[in-house]
Amino acid sequence: MVENRPFLSFLTHAALILGVAFLCFPVWMALVASTHGAEALSRAPIPLWFGDRGWENYAQLLSGGLPEAGGVPVGRMMLNSLVMALMITVGKIAVSILAAYAIVYFRFPFRMGFFWIVFLTLMLPVEVRILPTYDVAVRLGLLNSYLGLSLPLIASATATFLFRQFFLTIPDELVEAARIDRAGPMRFFRDILIPLSRTNIAALFIILFIYGWNQYLWPLLVTTEERFATVVVGIQRMTNTGEALPVWHYIMGTTVLAMLPPVLVVLSMQKLFVKGLVEQEK
Amino acid sequence: MKRVTFRHRWLPYLLVLPQIAVTAVFFLWPAYQAVETSFFVEDAFGFSREWVGLGNYDALFADKSYLASFKVTLVFGLSVTALSMGLSLALAVAANRAIRSALAYRTALIWPYAVAPAVAGVLWFFLMNPSLGIVAYWLRGLGVEWNHYANGDQALLMVVVAASWKQISYNFLFFLAGLQSIPKSLIEAAAIDRAGPVRRFWTIVFPLLSPTTFFLLVVNLVYAFFDTFALIHATTSGGPAQSTSILVYQVYSSGFVGQDYGGSAAQSVVLMLLVGVLTVVQFRYVEKRVTY
Repeated sequence: MVENRPFLSFLTHAALILGVAFLCFPVWMALVASTHGAEALSRAPIPLWFGDRGWENYAQLLSGGLPEAGGVPVGRMMLNSLVMALMITVGKIAVSILAAYAIVYFRFPFRMGFFWIVFLTLMLPVEVRILPTYDVAVRLGLLNSYLGLSLPLIASATATFLFRQFFLTIPDELVEAARIDRAGPMRFFRDILIPLSRTNIAALFIILFIYGWNQYLWPLLVTTEERFATVVVGIQRMTNTGEALPVWHYIMGTTVLAMLPPVLVVLSMQKLFVKGLVEQEK
Repeated sequence: MKRVTFRHRWLPYLLVLPQIAVTAVFFLWPAYQAVETSFFVEDAFGFSREWVGLGNYDALFADKSYLASFKVTLVFGLSVTALSMGLSLALAVAANRAIRSALAYRTALIWPYAVAPAVAGVLWFFLMNPSLGIVAYWLRGLGVEWNHYANGDQALLMVVVAASWKQISYNFLFFLAGLQSIPKSLIEAAAIDRAGPVRRFWTIVFPLLSPTTFFLLVVNLVYAFFDTFALIHATTSGGPAQSTSILVYQVYSSGFVGQDYGGSAAQSVVLMLLVGVLTVVQFRYVEKRVTY
């Protein structure tokens, strides 16, 4: 702060508090709605303060699910989401770190060709080529499996770029030292490169976990069986119940449960998250 | 590329193999398929297909609803970008000024990044539900008859608000990082020259922030164009009367609902070109940084 201006300071805090309120309000209403019964949410205005049905609602959701939407327990959906998110995250990191290592530390024919192929994937988000990608998944028999949920999303240009950028900043002397000590390429990778990349891997892990958990279109298409439903897709199935009115206290309970893991990850590992996010794009 | 490298006949190929294999099977092959299919018309049972050249593209650009979808996408993308960037710039400037409590505010502002677009959509869908949403209720108190099931503009406004709400944290973090990298001495010098806070913002801070702003502009457009499918699908399903049917939603609905494979493929190709242009812009200009 350059000068003391009380009015400006007041304005600063007022703006920030308004901003926080704007961001928190929808989640507040979801939390409140999830603690009421159906009758409290049947007419406007709906309550702004918590009801007393919270435990019942969440217990029903986690163990029994919603009969109108297939009755898959939300606990099961969250497990599916977790498995999918972890497979995508670990897969993306493994595949990209290996590719980046090859591209940075080896000289071989078609090296740049491979690099450009990876770059091309940036231009092909799954949403824009959804039909042919779905066809491939059908032909490979990947529908309704965890592999089908995660494998097609594993290639990642951004993660490869991030590792490449990072490897380029590692001093050449380390490779020289490793070669003098007669360490082979895989030894160097395992004992030097991976330990050095630990913070980058952790930061990337957070970003990719959120990306994986929040997937929507792909799981929507490849999981036709309810037992593979992920929680984010489950919400949509609960909302669009056709003729029946949406059961808002259960839907809002499910949105709270669907938000919880990724939001907790961001809040508990804020420093790593910010590093991962800001560096990924720079 | 390193000055010192390892030498190995087959190891590098083995290392890039997983990445290249997944890319080839799930990215390049489908993309090629989309391009190929876009030149054919398939019969209803998928038994035979006929080469039509650019026929699908002609049909696409003669289709009023597709052109309308372009317009919706543009309005949606620009509104989301302007709204979320404007709000987050204001918040970032404020957080940068509130030195002692900046970290606490940052914590309170960044978590929506982790909320799935579909979930963000459903949250606002609930708030604005015409029969029991609290925001719809308040609006009615103000004399606004809110019903996004019937009113296309209101439906579009709802998805714009939901999409911007989710994106504020992302923009906020980048603006804050940008603001913190501006040298304090410049601001102090201007203050000594008796430039007030507003003047300092527009003549020093804002121009110095332009690389961040430009970068976010591209990222937000990409986000609004391609990552908001879930938000639309989970709430309005493109309706009412296609008023929220953005291009990525259109690809999906003509392919999976309308079963028009050639048309959907042609749309895919158009979208790929669009992402291609945006990616190139991002890399060429953002890498070089905007200078002034």
